[in-house]
Amino acid sequence: MKRWIAFWNIMLKDMRSYYLKPPNISWGLIFPAAWTGMFFIKTGTGLESIPELLPGVIAVSILFGTTSMLAVTVTFEKKNRSFERLLLAPLPLELLMLAKTSGAILFGAANAFVPIILAVFLTDLSGVAWMIVIPAVIMIAIASTFLGLSIAVSVSEVFEAQTFSNFFRFPMIFLCGLFFPISSLPMFLRPLSYLLPLTYGADILHGAVHGKNIMPLALDFTVITAFCILLFSISLRNIHRRWII
Amino acid sequence: MRAGAPDFLIEVNQLTKTFNGVPAVDQISFRVGPGELFGFLGPNGAGKTTTINMLTGLARPDSGTIRIAGLECVTNPKAAQHLIGVIPDESNLYPELSGFDNLCFCASLYGMKKGQRRARARELLDTFGLKEAANRKFAGYSKGMKRKLTIAAGIIHHPRILFLDEPTSGIDVASARRIRQLIAELNDAGTTIFLTTHYLEEAERLCKRIAFIVKGRIVRTDTIADLLQPILEKKAMLISVSNASGDLCDRLSSAFPRFEFQAVSSGHIRVESADAIHIGPLVRFIESQGAEVTEARRLQPSLEDVFVRVTGIEPDVMKKEKEKAGGDL
Repeated sequence: MKRWIAFWNIMLKDMRSYYLKPPNISWGLIFPAAWTGMFFIKTGTGLESIPELLPGVIAVSILFGTTSMLAVTVTFEKKNRSFERLLLAPLPLELLMLAKTSGAILFGAANAFVPIILAVFLTDLSGVAWMIVIPAVIMIAIASTFLGLSIAVSVSEVFEAQTFSNFFRFPMIFLCGLFFPISSLPMFLRPLSYLLPLTYGADILHGAVHGKNIMPLALDFTVITAFCILLFSISLRNIHRRWII
Repeated sequence: MRAGAPDFLIEVNQLTKTFNGVPAVDQISFRVGPGELFGFLGPNGAGKTTTINMLTGLARPDSGTIRIAGLECVTNPKAAQHLIGVIPDESNLYPELSGFDNLCFCASLYGMKKGQRRARARELLDTFGLKEAANRKFAGYSKGMKRKLTIAAGIIHHPRILFLDEPTSGIDVASARRIRQLIAELNDAGTTIFLTTHYLEEAERLCKRIAFIVKGRIVRTDTIADLLQPILEKKAMLISVSNASGDLCDRLSSAFPRFEFQAVSSGHIRVESADAIHIGPLVRFIESQGAEVTEARRLQPSLEDVFVRVTGIEPDVMKKEKEKAGGDL
């Protein structure tokens, strides 16, 4: 019970201090809208192409929403030493880091619903398998958050975390089949796509929204879960190795 | 003491930590009993903070053992964290939260329920004279207020053992005095305190027992009374002179063989003796050598004298560190 009081309050503090601030809320609204608009202009298509674009926009919104904030909630707190206060709490490191990342996961998942809500007003989404979309959104939010965490704990400065995040984020937009099928990528880049967790999350979303997944959904869920475990383990190892020296 | 309770709340044995091959803490051993206020003294870079970090689970020792309240803490650094409170050398609360919210948040980390943590936060804000600033953001607090709130956060969960790292470093005289008073009150109430400082006067006023640490090694551990005993038996005086020749101390030693003379800094001579020191003959001798006595005063033996004897570090070095830290006593 005591541990869950700590867990809940760490999450609540992060939500109040970081995620629910007006600039972040507006970022969560503007960013997906900008991406959607950009792809409409680029492709020159009409509202009928929304179902094909929606999985990519959802995935990008989650990816940027989660990874952007971890540089602040983790790297910045480490830099100004307030993270030490958490490390001194009688809380297992695993639970502490889950508490620290749960805010980002919720924020990422909430970001996903911005393009979904916009799309509901613009097109017919009656064919969408929502029971698959929701777990997919959660899994993408978890994987993206843990990717951001693994970056945040392997650097010392906030700007390093942000730069390093971009090193992963921007290629993932093009490599993970969000807006272009992986089959349209040059052959030598395709293996790289399958090494990125977002590929599997986006594939689930494509399957759920317009039925065009390239891998079995069970495989997608299994692989993205494995990525979550791997990235979280790497993060914990890095905290032990680099922060508790 | 309770049946089965450990005799010592902190037991450290052969603790070692190196950074890039350089020993920061080198095979130190000590014990702190229940209710004790133990001072850990040394200049900056002596290994005080590294020791606290290892004791509290923020750093991993290379070798040695740590037992807190009988719990083994090297292999399981989390084992005793519910029993300890830590006040670091720099305030590490959340700048964007108010004083009240900071305390409530820190209390929640120890699993305190909402009602409990709010009541405790109010009580501590009152104790530390921060009631008026309770709803102001921590970022806007003065240095002294930040220090007080950091101490309040460290004791919010009523820890049995409190680690204080340089608690009065860099704050104003009034705040430092109040903090020392609060530390004494906490200790009187039964909290075991491990205090690191490079303010010798502070350690002398507060601590019952002290360890001197220099370059990662403990050079002496003893009670204040036992540390002061050898120098209490001696009389000491500081004579300020002008126009003195370089060999004045040697000539004084020849003229007064029962006294020990030491040039402590430019124009100051320290005189020590087991017998009473009569100033008249000394002044007359110094003036006969062409120098002039501008001041002579009796010195009260202090921990600083012991520290100099034990460590070989001059008081000037410690004073410079005080100035560097921006502190006053």
